[in-house]
Amino acid sequence: MEDRDVYLDYAATTPVDERVVEAMLPYYSEVWGNPNSLYRRGREAYTALESARERVVSAIGASHPNEIIFTAGGTESDNAALIGIVTRAKPAGGHVIVSAFEHHAVLEPAHFLEKSGYEVTYLAPRPEGYIEPDDLRVVLRDDTVLVSVMHGNNEIGTLQPIRALAEVAHDRGALFHTDASQTLGKVPFDVAELGVDAASFSGHKIYGPKGVGALYLKRGTPFAPMVRGGGQEFKKRSGTQNVAGAAGFATALDLMLAELPAESERLAELRNRVVEGITSIIENTVESATHPARLPNIAHLIIKGVEGEAMLLQLDAKGIAISTGSACSSGSLEPSHVLLSIGCPAELAHGSVRVSLGRYTSADDVEYFLEVFPPIVERLRAMSPLYEKMFGSTIK
Amino acid sequence: MLYSDKVMDHFNNPRNVGVLDDADGIGEVGNPVCGDVMRISIKVADDKIDDIRFQTLGCGAAIATSSIVTEMARGMSLEEAVSITKKQVADELGGLPPAKMHCSVLATDGLKKAVDDYLVSHGRDPIAAGTIAHDDPDFDPHAEEHDDACDIPEE
Repeated sequence: MEDRDVYLDYAATTPVDERVVEAMLPYYSEVWGNPNSLYRRGREAYTALESARERVVSAIGASHPNEIIFTAGGTESDNAALIGIVTRAKPAGGHVIVSAFEHHAVLEPAHFLEKSGYEVTYLAPRPEGYIEPDDLRVVLRDDTVLVSVMHGNNEIGTLQPIRALAEVAHDRGALFHTDASQTLGKVPFDVAELGVDAASFSGHKIYGPKGVGALYLKRGTPFAPMVRGGGQEFKKRSGTQNVAGAAGFATALDLMLAELPAESERLAELRNRVVEGITSIIENTVESATHPARLPNIAHLIIKGVEGEAMLLQLDAKGIAISTGSACSSGSLEPSHVLLSIGCPAELAHGSVRVSLGRYTSADDVEYFLEVFPPIVERLRAMSPLYEKMFGSTIK
Repeated sequence: MLYSDKVMDHFNNPRNVGVLDDADGIGEVGNPVCGDVMRISIKVADDKIDDIRFQTLGCGAAIATSSIVTEMARGMSLEEAVSITKKQVADELGGLPPAKMHCSVLATDGLKKAVDDYLVSHGRDPIAAGTIAHDDPDFDPHAEEHDDACDIPEE
């Protein structure tokens, strides 16, 4: 077999774009000063950091530089948003709402708040794969401090009606945070238009470096810092800033936005080809979520009667990287909480695959995947003691 | 989490896949809710495992442990076959990641069930009953807590 290397897991991480690397290099070698120092070297670094910040401000429609805090990634941004806002806004306790299919970076801080005495509601999505604003309205309370609903789901790829959800939260006096790690640069994202009070971003999902992210905090939003120290980042996140990382993040975001309309169209076409290809060639396969608003680059499918990790490993042997919601791939015994939350039975969730496309995915890559995948499914189904009993044949 | 070369070999080239049409004993364990189901069929001659096949729905470790257990059991006496432990299966594969140790129970339980099925259908007493984790009354695949349901008690 030829040595193919087909990466179809861009929702997990992306390679750093060469242009981003170029933009970062000077801040490791020439401009290496501490941006908080007053002398020339410091000022140079400061200028670079603040220029990166300005670019992020304008890219997401923020109104002031101090609304952008650079962090060490999407997970830190989510933790800071949940814990920082809630504990400052209502130190004595209150109510928090998060969607049940959030990333663990939101769910775990929510569990932490719960253990610390706050009440947390895990709002279930509709089976189509979205959070219905009317459902949020029902669970909001007078003492609800914060609502957090992700913009785009990282597994099933559905987009949430953030603007409507934020409005519903605000009507009841609650603040609104969204984790936009999966959507930034892939679909239009403007904090003013969406009306959110806080939003989390990640560098490595947009062809930027790992270990860099940003948190948007609308001016006036209550916030207690998690990382305390020298008071950097407007006293909201101490620690000498990662100047190269910030420059990389800003450059990566600029590139995403410059290429967004055409790239989004190109990826959506490839994505549709993946879905159409799999569901037409392989019997007993179905798209996991039907909600029409979705990320252009994520295809998520249930392959009935096959276990996900087995598919992942066999595709890996053919040079293809995808991910799965099966329990076995995660090392836990529970299949994806996202799939369970939209009512997908566990036995089907074990057979889910996520194919996520990106900047370097070609139509040829997709065709190679569609050529290699059906025989793998057929082989695994033939090895199963249940498949023939339950479904009959495997390939149309 | 990394699989050993031997696990990957047995996963990619599983031995003894299939069903024996004229099987003397069949053992089926597991539950699709937990993501793994195994069926093992055996031919018995002179109280030894003369031929053996398996079918498995499951992850890489489930398939590899199923495959290796068929190789280990072939030619063994029935007594020897039911005394294969999950640790022996894992060791034979060059080790399993900790999160995958439970997969080897699927293979040993399937084999035990097949042996007992043979014995009972020939009017003899089962020899593995009581040592089959999947027969544990606390093992409820339909329990709400899937992680409990799929978590097989340590030996």
